[in-house]
Amino acid sequence: MRGERTLFTDFSLKVSAGAMYQIEGPNGAGKSTLLRIVAGLLAPQAGDIRYKGELSQHVRRAFLRDLLFIGHKAAVKPELTALENLQFFAATQGVPCSEPPFALLAKVGLVGLEDVPAGNLSAGQQRRIALARLWVTNSQLWVLDEPFTSLDVAGIDMLHQRFAEHLQAGGAIVLTSHQALDWASASLVRIQLEYNW
Amino acid sequence: MTKKLSNTSILSQLIRRDMRVAMRQRSEFLNPIIFLLVVITLFPLAVGPGADTLSRIAPGVIWVSALLSAMLGLERMFRDDFRDGALEHMMLLPCPIELSVLGKIIVHWLVTAVPLLLISPLLALLLNLSMQALPVLILTLLLGTPVLSAVGAIGVALTVSLNRGGALLSLLLLPLLIPLLIFATAAVEAASMGLSAGGPLAFMAAFLVLALGLSPLAVKAALQVSVN
Repeated sequence: MRGERTLFTDFSLKVSAGAMYQIEGPNGAGKSTLLRIVAGLLAPQAGDIRYKGELSQHVRRAFLRDLLFIGHKAAVKPELTALENLQFFAATQGVPCSEPPFALLAKVGLVGLEDVPAGNLSAGQQRRIALARLWVTNSQLWVLDEPFTSLDVAGIDMLHQRFAEHLQAGGAIVLTSHQALDWASASLVRIQLEYNW
Repeated sequence: MTKKLSNTSILSQLIRRDMRVAMRQRSEFLNPIIFLLVVITLFPLAVGPGADTLSRIAPGVIWVSALLSAMLGLERMFRDDFRDGALEHMMLLPCPIELSVLGKIIVHWLVTAVPLLLISPLLALLLNLSMQALPVLILTLLLGTPVLSAVGAIGVALTVSLNRGGALLSLLLLPLLIPLLIFATAAVEAASMGLSAGGPLAFMAAFLVLALGLSPLAVKAALQVSVN
């Protein structure tokens, strides 16, 4: 429910390891809302979210440790540099880096920009900082809201590769995107949401 | 290579990051303290430089301006985090939300109250507060400013999703903070007259314990509504 509007009823999704779930639908259909409910930021009007058979709010800690949520707003602090943002993300994900994560920075193509406050970078570059979290995480379940927004072709390619690695390693991805993800058709589940009045 | 993430390590990471962010926007958090300094220097000019008058109104003036200047800077506790998504990220950290909230309150206190404590002898001097009352003034600020941050956090958490929450914020918070003002000024006044300030100070200490203990719970509930 959003306002007076019922977005979806009778919705059930079982996320299993090694699969990618692409949630599609027109703007306003409730894709982001669904992801926020999965992550536990929103409480569903009815129904529940279970993690390994238990209600996710009962095993909150274990669930959150296994969850990586990157929402529409990327949680990148504009005052901090890319490096500082990454270090914080890494440390709060249980993978603290003893030295500045230059290799990671190189991987997401931000070399030479490590001293620039993130606020001065372009939208795509900020997105790359946020997405760099995907390389420092041990979480199994990734919940990504429009991860491809404002990325260039190379960035999208890079992300596809990372997704493939993650799926190979037995992780699961739930994402919203209008991009075609045909390369992963073996493990891709497409879910169509409709716009309900 | 994964280290088990303890609550305290997450808390210290949060505090470290927020301190760093605050240091990058120094002008923003120095604004309230400059405002306070200006207000207090204007008072002797406006009410006349009579030493007696000044020392009589000093406790009230210092505390009222501390309260009002705190309102100025309060909003930035969650506003920026709400806008850039860091708030959502904070709520999805694998540690109790109350703990992260406490971290926010600590950072806010360090950034706003510590400068105030440092310049408080200067304020006392400007308003001719008797020297015997100065330790008590500092003590009231030490006990009272964490209450401002903690209670303020509740108000900010409630109004953070509103576009112009500023006016609503002071309307919400000032009534809640009036007891603090009364006891703080009573303590300083008592001390400047050579009486014991123990009673009001004990009340302030009780406020402090209550506020720090309960406000993270209230803030958590408010934030859960606000990110909705």
